[in-house]
Amino acid sequence: MAAKRAERLVNLVIALLGTRQYVTAARIRATVPGYEPDDGSERADEAFKRMFERDKAELREMGVPLETGRTSVFDTEDGYRIARADYELPEITLTGEEAAAVGLALRLWESAQLAGAAHSALVKLKAAGVDVDTARSIPLQPRLDAGEPAFEPVYAAARDRRQLEFDYRRPDDAEPGRRRVQPWGVVAWHGRWYLVGLDLDRQAPRQFRLSRVVGTPKAIGPADAFEPPEGVDLAEVVAGQDSGEEHLVVVRARPGTAIGLRRRAVSLGATDEDEDRLELRTNDPFRLADELASYGADVVVEHPAEVRTAVIERLTRLAAMSA
Amino acid sequence: MSTPSTADRMTRLLTLVPYLRARPDGVPLAEAARDFGVPERQLRKDFELLWMCGLPGYGPGDLIDLSFEGDRVKVVFTAGMVRPLRLTTDEAVALIVALRTLLELPGLAERDAVSRALAKVSSAAGHAAERITPVAVSVDAREQALAVVREGLERKRALHLTYYVPTRDERTERTVDPMRLLLVDGKWYLEAWCRRAEGVRLFRLDRVDDVRVLDEPAAPPPQAHERDVEGGVYQPEPDAPVVRLRLAHQARWVAEYYPVEDAEPVDDPPGGLAVTLRTADLAWARRLVASLGGSALVDEPAELAEQVAAHAREALSRYTGDAQAAPSSAG
Repeated sequence: MAAKRAERLVNLVIALLGTRQYVTAARIRATVPGYEPDDGSERADEAFKRMFERDKAELREMGVPLETGRTSVFDTEDGYRIARADYELPEITLTGEEAAAVGLALRLWESAQLAGAAHSALVKLKAAGVDVDTARSIPLQPRLDAGEPAFEPVYAAARDRRQLEFDYRRPDDAEPGRRRVQPWGVVAWHGRWYLVGLDLDRQAPRQFRLSRVVGTPKAIGPADAFEPPEGVDLAEVVAGQDSGEEHLVVVRARPGTAIGLRRRAVSLGATDEDEDRLELRTNDPFRLADELASYGADVVVEHPAEVRTAVIERLTRLAAMSA
Repeated sequence: MSTPSTADRMTRLLTLVPYLRARPDGVPLAEAARDFGVPERQLRKDFELLWMCGLPGYGPGDLIDLSFEGDRVKVVFTAGMVRPLRLTTDEAVALIVALRTLLELPGLAERDAVSRALAKVSSAAGHAAERITPVAVSVDAREQALAVVREGLERKRALHLTYYVPTRDERTERTVDPMRLLLVDGKWYLEAWCRRAEGVRLFRLDRVDDVRVLDEPAAPPPQAHERDVEGGVYQPEPDAPVVRLRLAHQARWVAEYYPVEDAEPVDDPPGGLAVTLRTADLAWARRLVASLGGSALVDEPAELAEQVAAHAREALSRYTGDAQAAPSSAG
């Protein structure tokens, strides 16, 4: 950013913080250095107006609470001020342990999209006199890496409460389908990110795995277009739908193979061919089909037919990879 | 409208004076640069700019005044910039969601401190915290191994693990010297020196089938260094043979999960991504490609494509010759 503009913006903040009165645009133009001076020409007036509009928008975007109003009924035009109580971060004191917890928490975002926001929050806490020691060693190194290209636009739309449109493809869909959603939020559930919201075409709450969003989601229409349901617990919505449809799958595995399946399967005994019959539970049959296909000839699905077909489809595609 | 750097610099400029005010004895320039995450050179430019700013009147007594003593900088006159700006919604989300996530972690000794910090931060965030719902994080809290592993770490004892290795589909027994616990992408990992492999390894806790704390002390050798997991938990093998894959959309996560050297968008398959991986373990690559069920195509090596296809054909022959294929058995 041009140094001139930064200087002007800092001066504007200081000037408006330093007064309880509303200050008119004309007064700001006359006192705060860096604005196009009033030489009576329309061109200069226009230039000032444009500049001032941009500056106000910039400050508001940063979270500066710029108020508009009139100090007295005799004022003929609106003025501006920044109420100190609304501008300043309230008093906060943290013990060493609490500050260490904050430092640890902020490391969750080290390589994720909210990393920038985490860093500026940390700097503000330090500027408020909190000594956050991020180097303090705790034998834990958590990390919440969103790593999803769709995260940022989805998060921003949920934050601003704007309607969202995107193409979505489940693993066995041939073509992605367009979805229109009121986004309530994004949630990480067992290491995967989901969008939770109201599906406008189905008029029901739905969850969407971010990795299945095709292309960049688009926010449509104005901000604050809807209210998420009061007290909605995003993780609960995902958990509820996650466990809603459990499938029982029975497979036959050759002896000594498919250890990964056996770790979580119920053994149903041996078959006549000395294979083991295993019962598995899943709420994501397509994902289980992926895993079953990777065991090749060691594992054969008995039922349900849906999973059997899904595995055969996968194997057929794999078999076509080389003549 | 504003580029990230514009907003970043403005936020920094508004925060610098309160930051110095909170440190009445001054602060070394290098430390301030570290705290703000910018080079010292940039901080000097910021100070020069702040020197030109102040209260209307802009006389000598109105301008922000900073003093340098040696390498320490302190603020002499703040021009009313006393406290930092409130947290934005994004900042409040980053902070509060992360603290809530920590609270969900089982066996966290610092739980009380996290909970108090969360209460204080939420109250300081005020209005910004009202719209905190857009992000939630749920961590798998069912790891029974976690408490035992933590005990080993705290008592500095070696651990005996029964560990499932998915890439070879086998169960292994090993003694390890624990180093630290990590939570990456919602999954817990134990980083430890593995005496069997004679190297530092990451063990995913949901693959630990059994763990015992041993009486002998944990003694990772000097060459046991913590790994940088910034790029993911899988380490690249720079000298290993090349595997080239074309990933369809639903397999693109592979490029984020495993270290890939190049990632080029391609039109075949539509919306696909061509990636280069390196691995000496062709059996691992075969399992990976097979588990992607056709949404990853093998460009190189030809041997890998042949193996994948041969395994799939063998498996298919079991289905075609399988009496259970009759619909009667379909539940």
